[in-house]
Amino acid sequence: MKISIDGLHKAFESRIRLGIMSALAVNDTLDFSSLKDYLNVTDGNLASHLKALEKEKFVAVTKSFIDRKPNTRYTMTKQGRKAFEEHLAALENLIKSQK
Amino acid sequence: MKRKEEDYMQDLREIRSIMERSTKFLSLSGISGVLAGLYALAGAYLAFNIFDDTEALVYGIPSGENVWDLLLIGTVVLLLAVSTAVAFSVNKARRKGERVWNPAAKRMLANMAVPLVAGGLLALVFLAKGLIMLMAPVTLIFYGIGLYNASKFTYEDVKYLGFIQMVLGLFGAFFTEYSLLFWAFGFGVMHIIYGIYVNYKYER
Repeated sequence: MKISIDGLHKAFESRIRLGIMSALAVNDTLDFSSLKDYLNVTDGNLASHLKALEKEKFVAVTKSFIDRKPNTRYTMTKQGRKAFEEHLAALENLIKSQK
Repeated sequence: MKRKEEDYMQDLREIRSIMERSTKFLSLSGISGVLAGLYALAGAYLAFNIFDDTEALVYGIPSGENVWDLLLIGTVVLLLAVSTAVAFSVNKARRKGERVWNPAAKRMLANMAVPLVAGGLLALVFLAKGLIMLMAPVTLIFYGIGLYNASKFTYEDVKYLGFIQMVLGLFGAFFTEYSLLFWAFGFGVMHIIYGIYVNYKYER
């Protein structure tokens, strides 16, 4: 896993990815359009960031159909939660140490 | 890429804001609260005129015609209050560039609706059994439970509003001759105070 010296995850350097993880940390599951709503990003942008998180195995995807329309739901994995919490702790430490 | 303290702070702020926005329904409008209070006061005034002597409210079973009048007043007040709240919330969400019908809104409504439906049905049971004097308190108590329950998913202050409604309902159930007054205070005056408070605290 890519972690820089200060304990920050490379995967969370992008604020959009950090935003996705924040929303998933407090919601069991969210669909694509809800995520898009909270983050104010375009479809393509959000999809590529989600794909990256999926590749890291931080986010799990379930696809289904509701009224014959495809519905994609995202969940945070155990691994993702651990990484996110570590990242938060690292952020706090950095702020404290710079004071 | 070298990042500075300000970036980290901004990261944390963003995390906090997204967590809050994605779990709490914050598009409730204070003005719709004030309007709901005014509808309730008007409804209570009309109901008062049906029972012009309090004796009827305590012991009496109103005639068939009065029962329908009461139900009509209740339904109109409820419909007006709900549609006003929906219209103002849709408007507020749109101004913030958010969808109103998001997962947080669904969770808040579900938590609110379950006690409300149970309370509404119980009020109808009381009506059928001729326990008219308990109808107003029971709607207050169950509305309070609904608010208390839903407060986790919206402004936290809603919890205190719920608590006050429950207390008023219990008093109304004990002092039945004043139950309609307690109802008017809870649904009318408290909504107006709460609406002004929300408007002042979050919408200025």
